[in-house]
Amino acid sequence: MKCIIVDDEASARAIVTALCKTIPKMEVVAELPNALEALKFLKHTQVDLIFLDIHMPKLTGVDFIETVNDPPKIVLTTSDKDFAIEAYGYEFIVDYLVKPITYERFQKCAVKLENALKKSKQEQLEINAAQSEEEDLFINIDRRLIKLKFKDILLIEAKGDYIEILAQNKRFRVHSTLKKIKEKLPESRFLQIHRSYIINFTQIIDIQDNSVLIEKSVIPISRSNRPELMQRLNLL
Amino acid sequence: MTEQPNLDYIKEISGGNEEFEKKFLTIIQTEFPKEKQEYLDFLKVDNLEESAKIIHKIKHKLGILGLNTSYRLAVKYEEDLKRGDIQLKEEFDEVLQVVEDFVLKLA
Repeated sequence: MKCIIVDDEASARAIVTALCKTIPKMEVVAELPNALEALKFLKHTQVDLIFLDIHMPKLTGVDFIETVNDPPKIVLTTSDKDFAIEAYGYEFIVDYLVKPITYERFQKCAVKLENALKKSKQEQLEINAAQSEEEDLFINIDRRLIKLKFKDILLIEAKGDYIEILAQNKRFRVHSTLKKIKEKLPESRFLQIHRSYIINFTQIIDIQDNSVLIEKSVIPISRSNRPELMQRLNLL
Repeated sequence: MTEQPNLDYIKEISGGNEEFEKKFLTIIQTEFPKEKQEYLDFLKVDNLEESAKIIHKIKHKLGILGLNTSYRLAVKYEEDLKRGDIQLKEEFDEVLQVVEDFVLKLA
């Protein structure tokens, strides 16, 4: 979680930075003393989250919210308890922290944030998946260009200088690499789970120990890829 | 005023990180006297709205230093100033003095 802290009080910025350090996934990429500096910063750097003070001179936090394009998730930090109700009118505002922020309250906020970011990512993946439903890829087999729909591709296996694509109950052997084909595949549907395998994770039948079953193929999951796979699944 | 400032909150937030504590106290030592002066300067020229804005910042520091009663006083005083009422000035100035003495001793 890349975040910035926008507050005109250096002491308030220092506190939020210290609290962020207690959350392993959180990385403070900048502390900014006003909303104008924040707007400038966001022109060249993308962040997941902004801790935003409301009461700042010149451009207030509210002005900032109404000015910024495509805002990331925002957590408001202020001494003004009365702003809470108004704040929740914006869907990208995840939480509202009243200063001085306690350690316990910040931990709760971190959980809320993680859930909100996960939900956003999932929603984005669903949109991308819907968009890629009818998209396709052409592969070159013996000088013939064959069209494969993304939704029909089950998995891709690296085999030396070739890759084997399993789709529509057929195996297609193509002179390419996993790295190259990965760039062509939508992230919303495909995931590399092993150095030799990319799978269409919407086609998973089950997962047992360190392998997934797709149609009749049992594919190993490498230890390093397992966390991302688990994160992408809609687990109960 | 019986309430006295303390560093409990700062120690809790720092998680025992002495370097952070030092850095943070240096920030308070710089910020607080400046804010106090700004507040007094605005009052001198009867700019109560700007004075209230500075109190908004100061009250955060009162919370940081564990001054809960003074924090509530600051909340009330901030609102009063917005309405042009300065009755709590004397009481609030006493709080500022206590905090300033404490902050200076930290040096």
